[in-house]
Amino acid sequence: MPEFASWLIFLLPLLSFVLIVGLRPFVGAEWRGAGVITIVSILAAFALALTALAATIGNDAHDLGYRPHDWLTIGPLVIRVGLVMDSLTAVMVVVVTGVSLLVQIYSTEYMRGDKGYVRYFAYMSLFTASMLGLVMASNLVFLYMFWELVGLSSYLLIGFWGQGKAAEEHPRAGDAAKKAFIVTRLGDVGFLAAIVWAYVATGTLEIAEIHAMVAAGAFAGVGVTWLALGIFAGAVGKSGQFPLHVWLPDAMEGPTPVSALIHAATMVAAGVFLVARLFPIFEASEGAMTTVAWIGGGTAIFAASMALVSNDIKRVLAYSTISQLGYMMLALGMGAVGPAIFHLVVHAFFKALLFMGAGSVHHTAHTYDMRFMGGLRRPMPWTFATMLVAGVALIGVFPLSGFWSKDSVLHAASINGLIGGAEALYWIAVLAAGLTGFYVFRMLFMTFAGEYRGGAEAEATAESGAAAGPPPRRRLHESPWIMVAPLAVLAVPVLFAGLADLPWDLFGFGAFAMTGFLTGHVETFSTSVAAVSSAAGALGIVVAYSMYVQGLLSPSVLGQRLRPLHTLLVNRYYLDHLYEGVVVRHVLIRVLGLTAEVIEGQFIERAVNGVALIGRNVGRIPVAMQNGQVQAYGAMISIGIVLILAGFWIWG
Amino acid sequence: MLTAIVFLPAVGAILMALLARSDRQVRFLSLLITLSVLVLALVVWATIDLDDPNPQWVQRYQWISAFDVQYFLGVDGLSAPLLGLTGLLGVAAVLISWGIKHRTREFFFWLLILQTGITGVFVSLDLLLFFMFWEVELIPMFLLISIWGSGRREYSAMKFLLYTMLSSALMLAGMLVLYFSAGTFDMIALRDAPPSIALITAPGVFFLLLAAFAVKLPVWPFHTWLPDAHTDAPTAASVMLAGVMLKMGAYGIFRICISLFPEVARDYSDLLVTLAVVSVLYGAVMVFRQHDLKRLIAYSSISHMGFVLLGIASLGQVGMTGAAMQMFAHGTITAMLFMVAGLVYEKAHTRHIPDLGGLASRMPLLTIAFMIAGLAALGLPSMSGFVAEILIFLGSFGVYREATILAMFGLVLSAGYILWTAQRVFFGPEKPRFAAIGDVTLVEAAPLAGMIAAIMVVGIYPSFVTDFFDAGLAPIVDLLGAAGG
Repeated sequence: MPEFASWLIFLLPLLSFVLIVGLRPFVGAEWRGAGVITIVSILAAFALALTALAATIGNDAHDLGYRPHDWLTIGPLVIRVGLVMDSLTAVMVVVVTGVSLLVQIYSTEYMRGDKGYVRYFAYMSLFTASMLGLVMASNLVFLYMFWELVGLSSYLLIGFWGQGKAAEEHPRAGDAAKKAFIVTRLGDVGFLAAIVWAYVATGTLEIAEIHAMVAAGAFAGVGVTWLALGIFAGAVGKSGQFPLHVWLPDAMEGPTPVSALIHAATMVAAGVFLVARLFPIFEASEGAMTTVAWIGGGTAIFAASMALVSNDIKRVLAYSTISQLGYMMLALGMGAVGPAIFHLVVHAFFKALLFMGAGSVHHTAHTYDMRFMGGLRRPMPWTFATMLVAGVALIGVFPLSGFWSKDSVLHAASINGLIGGAEALYWIAVLAAGLTGFYVFRMLFMTFAGEYRGGAEAEATAESGAAAGPPPRRRLHESPWIMVAPLAVLAVPVLFAGLADLPWDLFGFGAFAMTGFLTGHVETFSTSVAAVSSAAGALGIVVAYSMYVQGLLSPSVLGQRLRPLHTLLVNRYYLDHLYEGVVVRHVLIRVLGLTAEVIEGQFIERAVNGVALIGRNVGRIPVAMQNGQVQAYGAMISIGIVLILAGFWIWG
Repeated sequence: MLTAIVFLPAVGAILMALLARSDRQVRFLSLLITLSVLVLALVVWATIDLDDPNPQWVQRYQWISAFDVQYFLGVDGLSAPLLGLTGLLGVAAVLISWGIKHRTREFFFWLLILQTGITGVFVSLDLLLFFMFWEVELIPMFLLISIWGSGRREYSAMKFLLYTMLSSALMLAGMLVLYFSAGTFDMIALRDAPPSIALITAPGVFFLLLAAFAVKLPVWPFHTWLPDAHTDAPTAASVMLAGVMLKMGAYGIFRICISLFPEVARDYSDLLVTLAVVSVLYGAVMVFRQHDLKRLIAYSSISHMGFVLLGIASLGQVGMTGAAMQMFAHGTITAMLFMVAGLVYEKAHTRHIPDLGGLASRMPLLTIAFMIAGLAALGLPSMSGFVAEILIFLGSFGVYREATILAMFGLVLSAGYILWTAQRVFFGPEKPRFAAIGDVTLVEAAPLAGMIAAIMVVGIYPSFVTDFFDAGLAPIVDLLGAAGG
């Protein structure tokens, strides 16, 4: 595949962005053509991505070996731009274009009638282009550029409803957008420092050259650890890992297709991708690997615990995303790149499906609060069926795709003794699998089982505090086919993507084809690991069933019994409060800001005024100036110069 | 050629003041003059030979032969882009002042004189000539602030004047010592044959000269004139002040302090880095305390100029090119921010941020302009600010690791204050009191579009500008190399 064709994969959506922006002055704000342009360009990119994947599989080195181009040369520094097309990138471009395509099709209906329809598709095109650039960049600075641009697109789309009329219905959208950008940027400082450090230490910014130096041992020791940790800081921010996860639940303020594409399937996985892309650097440092594994494992269970008590269906999914990204990080920390990316891929499918399903539910119930849902199984059979499939895959039930990917991750955790506390991490991951089973089925039961609890109307009544009368009857309906079809299409890989990585050969599939393609070596499969995690997941499902369907154990009574724990979880461990209330409001704005203000007012300005006062009394020049005759003063200066010069000439 | 670029605005201003029959003519003549200057400046820039390290387009005449003062103009890779930037902002300043009703003729007269002063600084290769231009720019700026300004305009104008006067007196003293030691004001001669300093020590002269530049840049703690002057100045003056006048300080450090005293620069670079990091963080923290839109941008300027000083103090090719890029980038970005702030004030009649909000639906184009400038200011890749910052960091990290990492946190703070400001001014629900205001007009949009073009082009293909700075700074880097280290 020629290099130009690979460039097109990312240039086509970019062109779509430019085209929509350029046409905007000539069309209405709800011009449907914007969606068409976006879909056509991404469809073409998807076709090219599939071609690239085929070419990469066909290539012996699994790397098409493009050469970079010079972009900027300053003295010894050369910054290049270039593309890489290897197994990792090929898989990623297919996932990104594929999911993006389905999300855009879904969006044409979901966003229909929105005042920002054209703007929406412009941003979506920009995001898709940036995300593709990110996974294809061969150079750290080039990668960082797209890394920031996906952050920008994310900011714009989270805050999509934060302006004009829409802001009245979405008062938190603006703050959520800002929070996402700033929190991820905190991690990006680490990433940027790492990039600069990589250049200072190795003299190059090309990823392949840095890898070669690390592999040859020319760059080793504590310097590599710092490099890896800096990169990981960026990954922690982008992938919502502890302690920078706080922005991701709030990011659900954006339109739901945005959550599906950006905050579930692709951008948030960029941190995992980044660690995988730069894996040789991590591998060279045991300290870095341990950090990655523990942050990942810790986040997996930490986020899952918050998913247990959330009543907002999108937030449950957001915590679940954070938790699953934690699994991927855990796998990376254990050295299992293939399983991590395999899980990334299948997670992209089922989590995008779940979010679009949540959007479909919202389409009819007009709320995301699960307390006001229920009974939607009958009116929405397609949404229910596809979400059930995706939910079951998320738990990792045999034989769905999630079973194979989650098991490959857990298997890596169980056998790898490289890092400290590997066994503890394995059990943490198993426990998180149990929690997953619970919160997924809690969500499904609350949404689809039982009786309908009135949707948005009931929510409004509850909020106004009025006595809850019988919910007004509105016809509940399945979403239009153009929204349901992408769900059904995504259900196919959710069901069958496991075939790509079966532990045995079946119909030409399997034998770890996927992880083998990604890492070049074949994994193993452990029945006992699979049994343990399946049992944990099943236990979670049973508990959810007994609480939300059978009513054997009332959730509210349980909440009362475990009040301190419940309060802690509902308040998200008070971390948002700590960051926003304490760090930003008090430390930054009050303490530091006031200190600077006092320095400014009491010391610097006083000193300045003191100097001015001396000048006033001694020179009496200001008298002339206050008459506005500055010209006179200028003349005096000139005369002074001449006098001084004359002095030098005569006596010097 | 350079003489034409420098004096065309001044001569044009005088002719315009005498001949123009109406305010309308004044405006169009000013536009014509600044556009011609821009074209000439771009011609000079485009025809620079990057392989030749010597100054080009040289004009050199004996002026006051008794003191060996020359009329000596020339450009190189360092000054050519700044010349272009001045030309660009000159046009922008005229366009953004289209609505000036009060004493229109005088306003444009002083604006053009100001441009002569600034341009002269960038092309002078004789110290005394440099000083003259440096002083020329003061009077128009003082008048622009005190007559057409807002708020405490007299106070701010006076503060600006006193600060600059005092510091340039020190600069003059430094220059005279140099002259006394070497017998010439010729910058090239002084650079090629460093004199042994008489009267006081070389660091003494270095700091005398630096004082003026540090005030101008400005470096913490010499910055307090800037928030007042920027806030109370009319938009065009803020544009010129932030866009190019601050760069005169950095340019002076490159052209005079470091070129003439490379050893001293090396010995005291720790001090410069410390001041740089303090400026970056202090300026950024102060931004969060501001409620006036223009004052907020002014403090962000202090923070961004700290990056310039950090790049300079790294004393290497990459960092110094980054610093020069930051000068250029900040020139377009901050000028644009001030234009947006000026337009907001003109239309909404307030700059008090808590009173603003929800302007996006009333003025979508202005919102886009602010977002582009703001994102460029927070260093978003694909825009010019990012190129500058990454180069500064690449250059300084190897020399001052901790300081560079500290300065990087300035990026988080800048993201914070830019997005916070966007949120409070443009986003959120519409406010009824702004229901009647309209978006920018074509004349107002034109300079904004020009700035956007400059920001994006340089961000996407920075070699257009970096190649020049790279070539222009190479001789200075050689001097530093020769100075040992």
